[in-house]
Amino acid sequence: MTATWILLILLIIAAASFFLGRARAIACAGGDSRALHSLPGHYSWATVLVTLLPALLLLALLEISAALTPAGTLAVVILALAALAWSLRRITPVFRARATVERGVLALLILAACVAIATTAGIVLSMLFETLNFFVQYDWREFFLSATWAPRFQGGSELGFLPLLWGTLYISLIALIFAVPVGLFAAIYMAEYAGRRIRAVVKPGIEILAGIPTIVYGLFALITVGPLLRDYFAQPLGLGASGSSVMTAGLVMGIMLIPFVSSLSDDIIAQVPQSLRDGSLGLGATRSETIRQVILPAALPGIVGAVLLAASRAIGETMIVVLGAGAAAKLSLNPFEAMTTITVKIVSQLTGDSDFAAPETLVAFALGLTLFAITLCLNVLALAIVRKYREQYE
Amino acid sequence: MKDTLTETPAAADTAKIATRDLQVHYGDTHALRDVDVDIPDRTVTALIGPSGCGKSTFLRCLNRMNDTIPAARVTGEIRIDGEDIHDPRIDPVQLRAKVGMVFQKPNPFPKSIRDNVAYGPRIHGLTRTRAELDEVVEKSLRRAALWDEVKDRLDALATGLSGGQQQRLCIARTIATSPEILLMDEPCSALDPIATAQIEELIDDLRSRFAVVIVTHSMQQAARVSQRTAFFHLGRMVEYGDTGALFTNPADPRTESYITGRIG
Ligand SMILES: Nc1ncnc2c1ncn2[C@@H]1O[C@H](COP(=O)(O)OP(=O)(O)O)[C@@H](O)[C@H]1O
Ligand SMILES: [Mg+2]
Repeated sequence: MTATWILLILLIIAAASFFLGRARAIACAGGDSRALHSLPGHYSWATVLVTLLPALLLLALLEISAALTPAGTLAVVILALAALAWSLRRITPVFRARATVERGVLALLILAACVAIATTAGIVLSMLFETLNFFVQYDWREFFLSATWAPRFQGGSELGFLPLLWGTLYISLIALIFAVPVGLFAAIYMAEYAGRRIRAVVKPGIEILAGIPTIVYGLFALITVGPLLRDYFAQPLGLGASGSSVMTAGLVMGIMLIPFVSSLSDDIIAQVPQSLRDGSLGLGATRSETIRQVILPAALPGIVGAVLLAASRAIGETMIVVLGAGAAAKLSLNPFEAMTTITVKIVSQLTGDSDFAAPETLVAFALGLTLFAITLCLNVLALAIVRKYREQYE
Repeated sequence: MKDTLTETPAAADTAKIATRDLQVHYGDTHALRDVDVDIPDRTVTALIGPSGCGKSTFLRCLNRMNDTIPAARVTGEIRIDGEDIHDPRIDPVQLRAKVGMVFQKPNPFPKSIRDNVAYGPRIHGLTRTRAELDEVVEKSLRRAALWDEVKDRLDALATGLSGGQQQRLCIARTIATSPEILLMDEPCSALDPIATAQIEELIDDLRSRFAVVIVTHSMQQAARVSQRTAFFHLGRMVEYGDTGALFTNPADPRTESYITGRIG
């Protein structure tokens, strides 16, 4: 018998206990539900909880320890029935079923929160394990401080992560320099100036950008933006002849980020109370003075949050970089040169015939963990900034 | 108009604010009809009337705040010091510095107390040096009877003040742009009785320098602070006159019903 069948049986018992609990409660109140301490539904749910919880716990324990035996199955079902009988006996008109249900709800909520935390911990631990494997085979100082990235599958690779970090930060920076002003100004226009009809067209129009798959952005970078930048900027300026470049990927990524910045900022600006606008306009400030001196400062924490969210997206982006900036790890200041990022290298180290004992493959986990650490720091920073300003502005 | 008080002249040529045939529409709603009124300088004028009768709408006409409401359409004539405020040469932004407004709910900016008061002077470039600005801040706070309570914490956040202090700060902020007229839209409705008494006292002081127009829901308040009262009903100004006379001897039956509590 499989676990599915046991679950089905438990479900049937639970359904029965739902009705039995209610019937028992009403019966012992002499048919008048007003004489009960709690609502009839509370008795139903309290009975279900008491019936199911011990059985499910036992089932989980048995599943973890070994394959399920028929004896184990029987034990689970008997436990459920015993719990049902006990909980039915417990029901009297003064039994506080409502409190039992409340505790059950609380437990459920805590469980849900634990799932999220446990998943995060699981991800980090699995990454950490492989990362430690990597550092056993490869000197960590080399990894963090070397300026050369040159993996060779015959061995003797140089796996310095600085060129990748630099590429990641450089491309993200260009993307943000482009996306933040454009997104913010678009948000200000939509929230403060646009009439309802214009807004109804412009806002979804911008949000369409968020629905475009990043691979499509990548293609746009590859066939349109890259050649354009090369022919009209890089070559005339003597800065190189590569279509793939930091600038290409940064610009296209910037376009992708516009809706992230604009739509969050728009909501935040719209939440600034109208009374502050009236106050400022009533003192003879113009609209743009009002926006600059009152609305933006009041909305700043949220806007900073939006920008940092966009930054996390930029740092984690892969497709646009592969197609827009290439896959060459390089440390250079020239924005028209091809470079690459951490995420691209994670993919390229893990695709193909990967040998999960070689440092060339394991380095991907070290890179992944480092990336996670960077975005984590960014989020913590975002929270800290938001909290600081919230204290100031509320 | 049976105005007998010499300190409150109401003739059209000496009126600080004069409106003729003033109409306001919000889309299809005709919110204000045929309002003709002469409001004298250095007087507190109270606007009373049931909710939705157009008091706030009337007040917002006087500093053209209705311009900021897309649906609002104002027609008719409003003159301040004899000048038509809808004249194309008049900049609504400058008009609002001259005709200050205090709102129903205290709305300090989420900035320091000092920056709140300095907001108007900075925007209009009224001061040249930091010292001058500090002087304006102090003078305005003193006039709003708030200086002693906040002088040691000018750099604290204004939003941390109590409701009554916030409202006095908003008054100080308005005074700081050196207006000639103060419009107040139910300035005490969000405040407790003690804070209300402080604001009322303040309004009485302000009369020496400004024309004050105050909307109030409380007839006692109108009687306490104002010299003249206008009663609005269903978008019309039904009666306007000396406060004492209006309350003791109303000319219009609707006014009488309102002040005796039969409509409202
Ligand atoms: N921004 C607005 N848009 C549409 N209608 C409005 C607006 N403001 C006020 N009104 C309408 O105008 C009328 C007068 O409102 P208001 O001047 O606020 O009254 P009061 O201040 O006397 O309570 C009401 O019927 C109200 O519904
Ligand atoms: Mg009103």
